[in-house]
Amino acid sequence: MLNIEKFSNGSELTMALTGRLDTTTSPDLERDLRDSIDGITELTIDMGGLDYISSAGLRVLLSAQKIMNKQGAMKVVNVNAVIMQIFNVTGFSQILDIQ
Amino acid sequence: MGTFELTDKATLENLEIVNAFLEEHLGEAGCPFKDQMQIVVVAEEIYVNIAHYAYFPETGMFTLKLEIREDPCEAELTFIDSGMPFNPLEMEDPDITLPAEERDVGGLGILMMKKMMDSISYENTDGHNILKVIKKFRKASLDGWF
Repeated sequence: MLNIEKFSNGSELTMALTGRLDTTTSPDLERDLRDSIDGITELTIDMGGLDYISSAGLRVLLSAQKIMNKQGAMKVVNVNAVIMQIFNVTGFSQILDIQ
Repeated sequence: MGTFELTDKATLENLEIVNAFLEEHLGEAGCPFKDQMQIVVVAEEIYVNIAHYAYFPETGMFTLKLEIREDPCEAELTFIDSGMPFNPLEMEDPDITLPAEERDVGGLGILMMKKMMDSISYENTDGHNILKVIKKFRKASLDGWF
């Protein structure tokens, strides 16, 4: 289960995730990002309600980061201890701006 | 603390069944949320790999055995399939120091398994891939989290 809430303000977009970003739900985020990211210069992924992320979710974050590197900036906020460990062991803590 | 077993078709749709099976028994055993989530993530990586590749392009069966022991507390997960022989421990680790533009996510699931579990073993016996992972944990305190 993944719930995605979007808050936008001009070229700023926040996507707040609740649930799990796994093999089953990652395509939902990928689709939502693809539909929303045009013209966005500041993207925030709020993981406050997220239990965990698997490699399928990492793949979506990586492609969002690559797009945002070209058109602006992306940050990831409210990361729990489980997800932070996953970012650390996969080296994602080096390529994401985690606040 | 108990031994539990799940056998079903190895399809992506059944990932939810795998998750529910693990969370039910790990929760009952007092496994803390953080350890449960680490086990569930690693189980997803192993399971999805079986569902995607083991029997490709066909579909086959899998068995997941879960043994939970006490003193010290640990969960042992054994994934068994009869698909193409595949030893994930032989895969080379991805370079996790590359910048985003040069990154690929291939191999990250296996890396997570290696780094987040306490022990991993693989054998191929009688045409079965048998992958075993063990995670030690401390029983959850009364608040049920950490």
